Amino acid sequence: MTLLDEFQLFLKTLGWPDWAYYSVPALTGIVIIVAAVLTIVIVFIWWERRLLGRFQIRLGPNRCGPEGIFQPIATAVKILLKEDIVPAKADKVVHFIAPIAVFVPVLMVFAVIPFDKAAILVDLNVGAIYIIAISSLSMLAIFMAAWASCNKYSLIAGLRAIAQMVSYELPVVMSLVGVAMMASSLSMVKIVEAQTLPFILLQPLGCLIFFLGSLAEMNRCPFDLLEADSEIVAGYHTEYSGMKFALFYLGEYGVAFVYAAVITTLFLSGWQGPFLPPVLWFLIKVFLVFTLILWMRATLPRLRVDQLMTFAWKFMLPMSLINLIVVAIEILLVPASLQWVMIVINFGLAAVLILLFSRMFTFGGGRVEV
Amino acid sequence: MSVKTEPFYLNIGPQHPSTHGVLRLRVTLDGEVIVDVEPVIGYLHRGIEKLAEGRTYAQNIPFTDRLDYLAAMTNNVAYCMAVEKLAGIKVPERGEYLRVIFSELMRIASHLMAVGFFLNDIGAMMTPVLYMWREREKILDMFEMACGQRMMYNYMRIGGMSQDVPEEFLPAVKKFIAEMPRYIDEYDQLLAQNEILLARSKGVGILPRETAVSIGASGPVLRASGVKWDLRKMDPYSIYDRFDFEVPTGQTGDCYDRYWVRMQEMRQSVRIVEQALKQLPGKGSVCADVPQFFRAPKGEAYVCIEAPKGNLGFYVVSDGSIAPYRLHIYPPTLINITAMKDMAVGWKIADLIIIFGSIDVVLGEIDR
Repeated sequence: MTLLDEFQLFLKTLGWPDWAYYSVPALTGIVIIVAAVLTIVIVFIWWERRLLGRFQIRLGPNRCGPEGIFQPIATAVKILLKEDIVPAKADKVVHFIAPIAVFVPVLMVFAVIPFDKAAILVDLNVGAIYIIAISSLSMLAIFMAAWASCNKYSLIAGLRAIAQMVSYELPVVMSLVGVAMMASSLSMVKIVEAQTLPFILLQPLGCLIFFLGSLAEMNRCPFDLLEADSEIVAGYHTEYSGMKFALFYLGEYGVAFVYAAVITTLFLSGWQGPFLPPVLWFLIKVFLVFTLILWMRATLPRLRVDQLMTFAWKFMLPMSLINLIVVAIEILLVPASLQWVMIVINFGLAAVLILLFSRMFTFGGGRVEV
Repeated sequence: MSVKTEPFYLNIGPQHPSTHGVLRLRVTLDGEVIVDVEPVIGYLHRGIEKLAEGRTYAQNIPFTDRLDYLAAMTNNVAYCMAVEKLAGIKVPERGEYLRVIFSELMRIASHLMAVGFFLNDIGAMMTPVLYMWREREKILDMFEMACGQRMMYNYMRIGGMSQDVPEEFLPAVKKFIAEMPRYIDEYDQLLAQNEILLARSKGVGILPRETAVSIGASGPVLRASGVKWDLRKMDPYSIYDRFDFEVPTGQTGDCYDRYWVRMQEMRQSVRIVEQALKQLPGKGSVCADVPQFFRAPKGEAYVCIEAPKGNLGFYVVSDGSIAPYRLHIYPPTLINITAMKDMAVGWKIADLIIIFGSIDVVLGEIDR
């Protein structure tokens, strides 16, 4: 029984007409989610800029409000006031739709993310599949933007986007299957409830692969080839300005929020945790995951496009398959009371596989002795 | 059915985040693979060589700041040395030592920028650059103490330098020299064995030894290809024969070697400054007695020194008046970017950018 269901029942007791008691709670839920997501995204933007400053031995924004907390708002106002430029040869309609098409799937995913046991818009029984299906849509929107811009840099970025999505979707889905098997459900709420121990302990390899794969899906460093600013200027949003650019910008952080939330739900036992209220636990975990993503961005250089593909097909896909098989066997053989055996086996296996891989395989550069 | 494909032409620059100025690369692509690349230069041409003919010898020193603006002090030194050779002026001992200290500090600053932006081109979003700026700032602060400027120094004069260094300068240099090796160790720890850096730069953009020699490349680009050529050793100008240092060379001539050579050169520069500080005469003039409007005797002179980016030459012709009859500048990076095509063809766009970054280009010097 979610909060919205209760709201619906309450409206029913008031004797509202059918259409109203169905649509009013739905609209309320949507408004709450949009507001919450945008607020958290703004906090994310501030957090990223501030923390990135610290990583780079500088202060970061600190003029707007205490600790620069209003800087994202100032940025938003600046972007809103900018002129909207559409290239003369652009496909105007697609160019207009693309930013919207990027942002809408991001919001749609949050329909099945449980902030709390009851704080979820709709507890779909195929929640995990829904997330994978919807979050892939934004890649299509990126390609739309790239194609419609009529810019060569954008076109390169668009083609990279498609290649990247095709390669990284597979390992992400494979590692998600492991989670679904362990929870024996695809519903996000049931997956969280199944995690008496967080799944990051039970299948560390799966978690790692999902994390890396989602980095690629959200175009974050070291897989940020779509907007590799040192190579292809700004990638697919080179030709966007004003509010359209702002939507891409928000969408980018929105996707980061989505994947941080999904990782929290799938591997970090979602809202569960002692003492603090569940929603707070959820947000703390999301922030931790996001901070990890940020840390990667501040530290690592970017991979080349063929190395990116190599990494997906030669490392992540085999690893996720091995993870899947091992988890399946363990579910069959290891009784639920002996979960620590599983933890030991899986951590050992992950360590051995990664070590083996790093010894046997290099990206082509090779190693040096210093 | 065969698919008909056609080449994809792309203009990288002059407005692009990683062209290090206003260079334009006319690139022909097959997918992401580079088929042809042609640098188009001249966007920053200011006619410095021509302007120099209308100004006195001393008035030309500020122009040299604007050549390689990341190593302006070295340009000052090179120009002044050319004029001194022409007029037969002897720089006082203390002036020579200070020139060496300034040149080597400038080399460290320039290499820090080169390595930082090379990593930025690889995609490490600004973090390495800002870390390297931490040290570069210290060098610039020292230069500011000496001449009040942080970029366009105009510090050297014909016969020495405009003024002696202030008393707080030498302790600052000593402190910097003491801590710099630790910072270079820190960079090595972070970067030298970074998997992604190796994957991106090892074996990429190889410049074979023979090609490097035949195009006349110089500086770290040449040394990375395995040629032990450093004018400070080969033709010790100024007082470089008094110092003990090594010339690091690479093996293969790939981007990683060029990065590595720069890192090692910084260590060597630290050594040179250390020795120069020890030998520096305590007192004495820093500038020979040269009149403001001095007339160089008729004749010509060419001086080539080891600038951070390679062999920087100044050719001065005098007709006996107060201004040079002709000034020609031999810029190292102009020669080095002619190797672009040899290095980049067959690699991908992302590699083109880092190959370009590994040459360490400053457009002020190329276009003059």
